[in-house]
Amino acid sequence: MTDNKSTPAVKIEKVHKRFGELHALKGIDLTIQQGEFFGLLGPNGAGKSTLINILAGLLKPTYGQVSIMGHDVINAYQAARMSLGVVPQELVFDPFFNVREMLRFQAGYFGRGRENDAWVDEVIENLGLTDKAHTNMRKLSGGMKRRALIAQALVHKPPVIVLDEPTAGVDVELRQMLWAFIKKLNNDGHTIILTTHYLEEAEALCERVAMMKQGEIVALDTTANLLSKLPGKNLRLTLGQANLPSTLLPMLKNGENGIFTLALTELNQIEYALSELRKANVTVQDMQLIEADLEDVFMSLVGENSIQHSAPEVGEL
Amino acid sequence: MNIIDDLISPQWRGTYTLFKKELFRFWRVAFQTVASPVLTSLLYLLIFSHVLENHVQVYEGVPYKAFLIPGLIMMSLLQNAFANSSSSLVQSKIMGSIVFVLLTPLSYVQFFIAFLAAAIIRGFLVGLSIYLVAIWFVDLSIVHPLWIFIFALLGSALLGTFGIIAGIWSDKFDQMAAFQNFVIMPLTFLSGVFYSIHSLPPFWQAVSKFNPFFYMIDGFRYGFFGQSDISPWLSFVVVLAFLLGLAWLALKMLKSGYKLRA
Repeated sequence: MTDNKSTPAVKIEKVHKRFGELHALKGIDLTIQQGEFFGLLGPNGAGKSTLINILAGLLKPTYGQVSIMGHDVINAYQAARMSLGVVPQELVFDPFFNVREMLRFQAGYFGRGRENDAWVDEVIENLGLTDKAHTNMRKLSGGMKRRALIAQALVHKPPVIVLDEPTAGVDVELRQMLWAFIKKLNNDGHTIILTTHYLEEAEALCERVAMMKQGEIVALDTTANLLSKLPGKNLRLTLGQANLPSTLLPMLKNGENGIFTLALTELNQIEYALSELRKANVTVQDMQLIEADLEDVFMSLVGENSIQHSAPEVGEL
Repeated sequence: MNIIDDLISPQWRGTYTLFKKELFRFWRVAFQTVASPVLTSLLYLLIFSHVLENHVQVYEGVPYKAFLIPGLIMMSLLQNAFANSSSSLVQSKIMGSIVFVLLTPLSYVQFFIAFLAAAIIRGFLVGLSIYLVAIWFVDLSIVHPLWIFIFALLGSALLGTFGIIAGIWSDKFDQMAAFQNFVIMPLTFLSGVFYSIHSLPPFWQAVSKFNPFFYMIDGFRYGFFGQSDISPWLSFVVVLAFLLGLAWLALKMLKSGYKLRA
């Protein structure tokens, strides 16, 4: 029960969760060390949020144990929750209060008094909320509400921070700002656990990644190792109005608007593809050789099309 | 409030903060949560006392207008204590903001104390406001102030606790309104706010004795007039027993995480 550096930030052992007939988590084992930037990936319904809610004490595991900084989330829930800051996925807020009031209340729930006000103001400033500190939560835009939610998770200076889909539905500018802010938190020593189904986000930020599918972890490794496990490359061909010859269809990964991506297992397949195109009298307008990315790893493991390539550019600042 | 903040020890700061947040929550909408029930009670007083003043004599030497006031005070006090905890919980559940409290190290007992204390304060505030306005119109004696305080405290605690149970159980405003309209309201109106149960036929007198609201209002009224339908000690025991029973149930629900932590 210590907070020294060797204690894992999060330890999840044999965790099962059932909701009636639904077996949402099927024996999850996972250890996240202090200072890690960890990504939890998976399509909707994979069990990411269920796992996060168990960490946060919002759900109880049917079986298994979870600890945060060495504190069991059930038996030592107060110490565990003191060590954890959670940014929920939904834009929830209390409509009666302004940003600063809400943050001070949140700090107070964790036993922090007026001595913590300077830190609250620092969080407000770092998240670009200074102009909105006296604005009622109800009147904030979606992007500002998202920032306020992140601020709420930080007011008690937790060593472990969980962000559940933090960039879902936010615009490009805010996404970049949030990425930079989360990276800074990690550099300052916070352990970050990020759930996302935007693979680009995990690739850009996370040192280590767990991929979940139907309540199980199907891959767990460093991002670099996961990428190296799939040595294949992709060949992207721009063919304009022409169709892809049928002989190349087995290699087709995706194709739309005249742009076709072929999955290659060996480089000499390029020559084969080009010869087939020549035989079919198809002119190649453009051609690119692309390294495999996390999406390829993910697709090979999960095999579902429920992953989004990038965050939709919606919302406002 | 800042001075109190500094005096609170860190282990009670979480409870105090949740209590303070609940106070601010209803105070921000004080027209709806305080002024409105005061006005409603005064309208009851105006209409019922005007219509029945010369027709009803409940206690010897006590005008009907004066008899009515403690009942109206207690009725509003109880309804508002219930409304405070129940509406706050249902609203925060529906909006999802309950998560901000559930993520904290606050224990289920601390959660209970904070919500209960805020409900008691709102009940007292509404009751006191009605009293202060009513004494401008009616000469109202106070014979046993301690009994008044005890029944106000027990009554607001009982309904505040019941509000916590209703708030945890209800998933939507409609369900909470059902508690208010089909439980609280009938029990209040049939408890002797506007009459003495001695004016009822024997059957309904017997039925009234199963209504906990009757004991709260009768005991409260004893504090004003030194007269009541039954002994204030019996009322005290009955109300205390109901309070302990409901508090046990509310704490059990909170401890198990019923409808809050699945």
